[in-house]
Amino acid sequence: MVLKIFFPQCCNKADSGLLVGRWIPGQNSAVVLAVIHYPFIPGQVKQYIHQMRGQSGVDLTVLGSWSMPKEGQEGMESFLRDLSTIFPQGQWLQLSREMGKIGFRCHVLTRDPNGKLIQQEKELKEDGGGEKGGKGGEGKKGGKGGEGEKGGKGGEGKKGGTKKGGGENKVEGEEGGGEKDKVIFIHYEQRKVMLSQLHPVDNGVPDPQTESQLPQVFGTVCQSEPLFFLDKYDDGPVKMTHWQSEGREGSIIVELMKQASTPVCLLTTWILTLWTSLCSSRILNVRPMRFISSKLSTCLQLSYRTEHLQTVCSPTRATAHNHFMRKANIFVSFFVDVSLGLLLVSWMYRENRIGKLANTLVPAADHVAKELEELLQWLMGAPAGLKMNRALDQVLGRFFLYHIHLWISYIHLMSPFIEMILWYVGLSACLGLTFALSLLSDITALLTFHIYCFYVYGARLYCMTVYGLSSLWRLFRGKKWNVLRQRVDSCSYDLDQLFIGTLLFTILLFLLPTTALYYLVFTLLRLVVVMFQGVLHLSVDFINSFPLFAMGLRLFRSYRLAEGVKFRVLCEEPGTPLHLMMDINPLKVSSVVQTYRTPTYSCYPKDSWLALCKKLFLGELIYPWRHKTTKID
Amino acid sequence: MQNGDQHYSMEDETYTDIDGKAISLECQSHSGFCREFTVSSAKVSIGRVMAYTCAVWLSAYIIFFVTENTAVLSSAIIITLVGMMVHIHFVKVDHETLLIIGSLGVQVSSSYASGRESTDFIEMGKIKDIVINEAIHMVRKIKDIVINEAIHMQTVIYYLCILLKDPSDPEAVSSVVPLFQSSKPRLNCLVKVYKSCQEILAKC
Repeated sequence: MVLKIFFPQCCNKADSGLLVGRWIPGQNSAVVLAVIHYPFIPGQVKQYIHQMRGQSGVDLTVLGSWSMPKEGQEGMESFLRDLSTIFPQGQWLQLSREMGKIGFRCHVLTRDPNGKLIQQEKELKEDGGGEKGGKGGEGKKGGKGGEGEKGGKGGEGKKGGTKKGGGENKVEGEEGGGEKDKVIFIHYEQRKVMLSQLHPVDNGVPDPQTESQLPQVFGTVCQSEPLFFLDKYDDGPVKMTHWQSEGREGSIIVELMKQASTPVCLLTTWILTLWTSLCSSRILNVRPMRFISSKLSTCLQLSYRTEHLQTVCSPTRATAHNHFMRKANIFVSFFVDVSLGLLLVSWMYRENRIGKLANTLVPAADHVAKELEELLQWLMGAPAGLKMNRALDQVLGRFFLYHIHLWISYIHLMSPFIEMILWYVGLSACLGLTFALSLLSDITALLTFHIYCFYVYGARLYCMTVYGLSSLWRLFRGKKWNVLRQRVDSCSYDLDQLFIGTLLFTILLFLLPTTALYYLVFTLLRLVVVMFQGVLHLSVDFINSFPLFAMGLRLFRSYRLAEGVKFRVLCEEPGTPLHLMMDINPLKVSSVVQTYRTPTYSCYPKDSWLALCKKLFLGELIYPWRHKTTKID
Repeated sequence: MQNGDQHYSMEDETYTDIDGKAISLECQSHSGFCREFTVSSAKVSIGRVMAYTCAVWLSAYIIFFVTENTAVLSSAIIITLVGMMVHIHFVKVDHETLLIIGSLGVQVSSSYASGRESTDFIEMGKIKDIVINEAIHMVRKIKDIVINEAIHMQTVIYYLCILLKDPSDPEAVSSVVPLFQSSKPRLNCLVKVYKSCQEILAKC
């Protein structure tokens, strides 16, 4: 297998020193995390690495040496080789780079279990006119002219230690090095990889043997955060170069907010516990109150927001990525919601618009009632040229007209108080735009209560007619519905049963158009109201569940949510191994929304279109926007 | 070619896609185990763009002549602009690239006419094999009442695809990732790419 070295971009220009990182088991790859500079005391380095291993949980080791000689400094070849004896490893990497050149060179020293050094040269020299990088790879006779032992010829390739390095040396009848292992340098930007989260997020603890390479690389860099605290300007035992060695990043605002957040969280949690205990007290839990509060969407939204706030304000820090994202999304959603609500309130109360709104409410209700009366008069006559049954028509029409009259009287009774009620209730829109929308939905429901009542009456009447008709039709044909077997059976009726049944059937059949027409008209009205309420509920749902924080991250810091990586081949010089640049491939926008949606009480219609049509035809009552009691993700 | 890569552009044979339009294949070998193949389709042709634009605007003028409503003209302009932007950003693929790095993985990327690139990287551990598959390509859906016409309407095409391993069963194939979907090169082009890829897969 090819040896892959993940090299951070920040260390490209680092001074010579030791490479610290981790070998990834099973993949023949190494992740370089930092460079420790000379001068150092090997004992202190070993101690420091041991300490870091404990703190971070990552299997850190010294991978090898890095040499970038400055002008005037001669090469330290033998010194670097001797270093490998101080830090006994299975494989020791010797990376070197010359000033003015872009490409790196890599030597790999291997130790077999006896501690004997077998050097394998991985350096690719340009060979005259040899085929470089052509098909088949025969041209790599790097052993020619190379100094040092041509240990590769021995072909043992025993790699000591526990590292399962791939690629034994096979001597396939070629002289010199034989089938050489090759090296790939993969450059990565350390800060971005450290902050990024690879999707799909693995919630459990993965098995390190079967896990694929990229999650391991990302995980290694992420977990090695304790390693990046000391850098080369500190007075510590070791001087290192990594992404933070140019100075630790920080923002005063973020630090202040972190300090302030704990007491604020505690205070908010205390207030919330008071509120929840108040809500669940005995007084407010009487049956009628519970029934009303389950029907009003404002109360539902209130309870929902309380729950959200409890999640956000819990004093424990979120460790898992999903938990953190959920908290952040809820917080940002809530913040945006409240600010939009405050904007709305300030706009509505500025020129006493709310007073004007209240003043138009009663005339609007009057207008609706008048329209309904006209509609009923039309139905009582000859609507659309249809001929109705005069008696039934008059009964139903008068019945509904009386209802409207009652309703208007109640509205006029309430009219002096409406402005005040609206004024105070409108203030609750300060809690958020979602509350304003739920309030609007509730007010609509209350004001159109008479339409709802008419719909129920019409539907029940029609339903009874249809069931009666179907049952009597069965009697007409000599059949009966068997309740036990849930099927239609034949039955012999007596003569008088048949006679009465036929009479009733005829009566119902001729009354059907009248009831059907009333039902149709009121169902249409009810559907209009339901559509309006549905739109409001959907938008409340949308505001509740849309992950604004994740969206913001995706737009402005796209490297933090990674779907994968992409590689780019860097131009290199002849004679150096392959250099690749690893960039982060950000998550697609649709996946962001799907992964990070806050679960809500979904308000989607629970019946399909077909079921809805069937219910309408049969006259069953429809409640398409029923709130579900369990959360839907 | 100053950096030592070897570059093979169009050789003696010209490649076409399954509809007969000319495409070009470029193979770049960065090292012994890293190769890049780029298949470029035909660019957006000026003639077609002008034809569509003229058709839309002519019909808009006719409707304006009939209805005397200027909103028709402005909506035609907006429709043309939006349609063109959507087409070059989401629909028209300029070239597709396959970058195969031995023992690391395979990267598949499509580059659209507006410059947008959509990339996908598959790790070597997940790849079972790269093969050429056959498929029946339905040009038009037609009921096969008349047998002659039904045969003409379907063609057998070849496509290159990556077989992915099933994580639970290493011998089974869990899914297939087809390559070069927009450019749809013919078999001669595919065979060239296939042979190169198999060399690298065999080495690692």
